[in-house]
Amino acid sequence: MGKMVTLTIDGQVISVPQGMLIVDAAKKAGIDIPVFCYHPKMEPVGMCRMCLVEVGRPVIDRTTGQPILEADGTPKIQFGPKLETACTTPVSEGMVVRTQTQVVAEARRGIIEFLLTSHPLDCPICDKGGECPLQNLTMAYGPGESRFQYEDKMHLAKHVPLGELIYLDRERCILCGRCVRFQSNVADDPVIAFSQRGRALQIVTFSEPGFDSYFSGNTTDICPVGALTTADFRFGARPWEMIPTASICPHCPVGCNLTLNVRREAAAGGREVIKRVMPRQNEWVNEIWICDKGRFGYHYTESPERLRQPLVRKNGRLEPATWEEALAFAAEGLRERSGVVALAGGRLSNEDFFNLYQVVTARQGRAVLYSTMAGGDYVQRYGLSGDANLAGLGKGDAVLVVATDLHEEAPLWWLRVKQAAERGATLIVANARPTKLERYAAHVIRYAYSEVLEKVQSLLAGESPEAQALAKATNLVIFFGQEGLSLEASEALATMLARLLVQNGQAERPLSGLVAVWPHANTQGGWEIGFRPDPDLAHTLATAGAVWVAAADPAGDDPILAQALEKAGFVIVQDLFLTETARRADVVFPVQAFTEREGTWTSGERRVQRFYPAVPELENTRPDFMIVAQVADHLGIPLVGRSASRVFDELARALPAFAGLSYTRLAEVVEQWPLVGRGDLYYGGTVYENTQGLGVRLARMSAGAELSEWPAVEIAPAPADDALYLVPVVRLYDQGQTLVPSHLLQQRMARAALYLAPATAAQLGVQTGERVEVSAGEWAETLTVYVDANVPVKAGLVPRSTGVPLRQPLWVRAQRAVLEPQP
Amino acid sequence: MLKGLLETLRSMTEKPVTIQYPEVKRPVRARFRGRHILRRYENGLERCIGCALCAAACPSDAIFVEAAENTDDERYSPGERYARVYEINMLRCIFCGFCEDACPTEAIVLTDNYELTFTDRHHSIYTKEMLLEPVPEGGKPTPQKVEPGVYTRAIPIMQDPTD
Ligand code: SF4
Ligand code: SF4
Ligand code: SF4
Ligand code: SF4
Ligand code: FES
Repeated sequence: MGKMVTLTIDGQVISVPQGMLIVDAAKKAGIDIPVFCYHPKMEPVGMCRMCLVEVGRPVIDRTTGQPILEADGTPKIQFGPKLETACTTPVSEGMVVRTQTQVVAEARRGIIEFLLTSHPLDCPICDKGGECPLQNLTMAYGPGESRFQYEDKMHLAKHVPLGELIYLDRERCILCGRCVRFQSNVADDPVIAFSQRGRALQIVTFSEPGFDSYFSGNTTDICPVGALTTADFRFGARPWEMIPTASICPHCPVGCNLTLNVRREAAAGGREVIKRVMPRQNEWVNEIWICDKGRFGYHYTESPERLRQPLVRKNGRLEPATWEEALAFAAEGLRERSGVVALAGGRLSNEDFFNLYQVVTARQGRAVLYSTMAGGDYVQRYGLSGDANLAGLGKGDAVLVVATDLHEEAPLWWLRVKQAAERGATLIVANARPTKLERYAAHVIRYAYSEVLEKVQSLLAGESPEAQALAKATNLVIFFGQEGLSLEASEALATMLARLLVQNGQAERPLSGLVAVWPHANTQGGWEIGFRPDPDLAHTLATAGAVWVAAADPAGDDPILAQALEKAGFVIVQDLFLTETARRADVVFPVQAFTEREGTWTSGERRVQRFYPAVPELENTRPDFMIVAQVADHLGIPLVGRSASRVFDELARALPAFAGLSYTRLAEVVEQWPLVGRGDLYYGGTVYENTQGLGVRLARMSAGAELSEWPAVEIAPAPADDALYLVPVVRLYDQGQTLVPSHLLQQRMARAALYLAPATAAQLGVQTGERVEVSAGEWAETLTVYVDANVPVKAGLVPRSTGVPLRQPLWVRAQRAVLEPQP
Repeated sequence: MLKGLLETLRSMTEKPVTIQYPEVKRPVRARFRGRHILRRYENGLERCIGCALCAAACPSDAIFVEAAENTDDERYSPGERYARVYEINMLRCIFCGFCEDACPTEAIVLTDNYELTFTDRHHSIYTKEMLLEPVPEGGKPTPQKVEPGVYTRAIPIMQDPTD
């Protein structure tokens, strides 16, 4: 920490770091200076003048350079003739600030009166009403009545959709500019701006679709009035009517902390439902932001398609059954067969993984992680450790991002890496195509998809400027994904990257390490507990005596796996929906969604975080760990299955990385900065204070033996000159089962398509909108082409989870599809 | 004993105080607070904008409001918001009138009707349909289909906020 400065605010003497603004210093001392335009996560602009205070500074004798003293020995303080804005004025030594004087009170009253001259005062129908800084500050400092004529008020449009997600009420806007600054400086999607001037000044959007940003929802939190509100929550409830519950975002490995707001709803037959999802502060994970997928993507939990009854195959058909029947049937099926394979996806909680692992190992089976990406064991040994926070990265540090598009795969990591680069960390982005993160990169490493391993290897040996920048860095954080990589190649990549850390001497440092950009929230948890991906999954499934699938849909993703599953002896499926896999099962168990149960997830940074039950469970569903324990019970394997916390205790006893952890420990919190969620509301906006746990990072596993040589992985060369390398890429809004029920995002969801470079398209003789048939052996698909200059030549990009059965990259033959004549 | 008998004789000649309810109803005091109604404007639109301030003010948590958005094709109230669900549990209500005080549009008012009977607890929940007053003469029932752009303001403009 830098130099400390001592100053007096309202008679209270405090010491704060040099450079701190008066508002922040006052807040630290427990004194509220009201603000509208200032936000502690953004640069101050001093636009609204709400924060005016009296500031006095010691008078310095010019000849001696010493403060002039009063008769009583205290320094002489000179107050300026005018008030100063506390949000733009940094503290200085000996400063005296008065926030409670008559002059200040009058200034505040004046500002509020002016703001209200054109405010519609429709608090009764405003979604912000009840948690509105303007309301609060008017009550606290406002004049109570206006001297202006009502007729003089500006009447502006009250219902302006800025795209389908966010509504703007122009009358309510107080022109503080927080939203515009957030979009241009924090999210770097400058798609909204001020237009016109004077009293006609207003917010507009100029993107197509409107307000095209993955972070747009955050502006509704920080808007100090109800000018920006979300379409999802529109008129959903009043803030005071809802019950907040702490939760974690289920959509990506960042693990953003959420608050679910719950209320009874008549339309849902009097059930308690989630009305909105808000960010919960965790400065180690998501600060006070979340992306729109996390905010609007919870509707799958209330989908009418959810399974509500166990199903058992009788005479070749899945029939509804009681829990007792289904459990007994599942146990029977397992008892008769050997060679059980558990296939689990990254949506499971740590507790679910743990119980499932216990059963399959007790039955000498295999625990397979449903993933096409490897490296979780390296993250265990070379991940971040202790209290390391990405916010600590700055000058002298480096961040390497390989084979992933963070903006699409883990938006909050994108944001935090961008911020690290802005603080001075050297950012190196390596990918086969341009991604949004490259704007902040000091070095960009571009490769053809087939050369990725060579490129990374050259970082190990090379003298290239990138390699040197990495070697020089004090701390090095490496994010790696799986774009364009097979499972084996991603294993090799992780090994090389771990080697890089060891070789540079950064592996031991807490703020250095590997972070895997997994496709799911808890894939890392699966690794911790012992699940491993299988390079030959189809064979494993086809030869398994019994397959126990949880939170995965192999049959829906890949017809080859579907065929393999048909061959498996006996199939148990635990899922929320009747997936393609579930349709092929012998027993199907309906599970609870994360909103209905307790559990923990391990984020890609290895932070274990708790989520809490927010709504009552759907009748007749059970949490995964309980189902597993109950089946195990029938098999005579004793497992804890009554409460998630007890399962977690078992887990903490069994796994060294979890040693000493418990639900109580995960629920611990410390005071964070900025202070949010207090009565004032104007600091972080309507973000929720974290009172239910910041989570704990798992202990780094000892590196163990010398790093093995990586497997000599050959990325299969092009089988023919005109072959196309088909690469599945992640889009934030995909057509996955956990997102499709969020109808609000429908328009923005990725569709099945083939993205081609202009040169490739020309070669094939196709244009955007035309169709191309791609095939490899028996595998064939016909896809609509989009010509995109960002796609590398000889490659075709296909968005993941859009219905195209492509789990791993594949060389294909491509040819223009001849259109069937329309009948 | 004589005194008692005299008293009896005297009261026999007095006018009876008993009222033959329900044939005869005693007028209530001017400020009597009874069953609520939800009022309408003359054109039939509902005054209630679903703000739930009445529910917030209610000391016995008797009111449940759920709001939704108006469209010009299906308009219930002026402005953007109306009450999709409005319920008062009359068994909970203590007839304090706070809801009436809280209402920004003077939609919920307590009348002098004290005849609240039900044979089942569930019937004590008065729904919006029961509470809404009849459509006034010349007005139309809700939802109405209206010209776009007419009802942009939820709360009628008051010339002088003090009246
Ligand atoms: S919309 Fe909200 S955040 Fe944006 S300028 Fe207006 S008041 Fe400020
Ligand atoms: S960044 Fe990831 S974890 Fe955070 S809200 Fe978005 S999808 Fe959820
Ligand atoms: S009269 Fe009082 S108790 Fe009854 S509904 Fe209104 S506010 Fe509630
Ligand atoms: S009755 Fe009045 S206070 Fe209650 S919801 Fe309707 S408008 Fe609001
Ligand atoms: S000018 Fe300081 S908060 Fe707006």
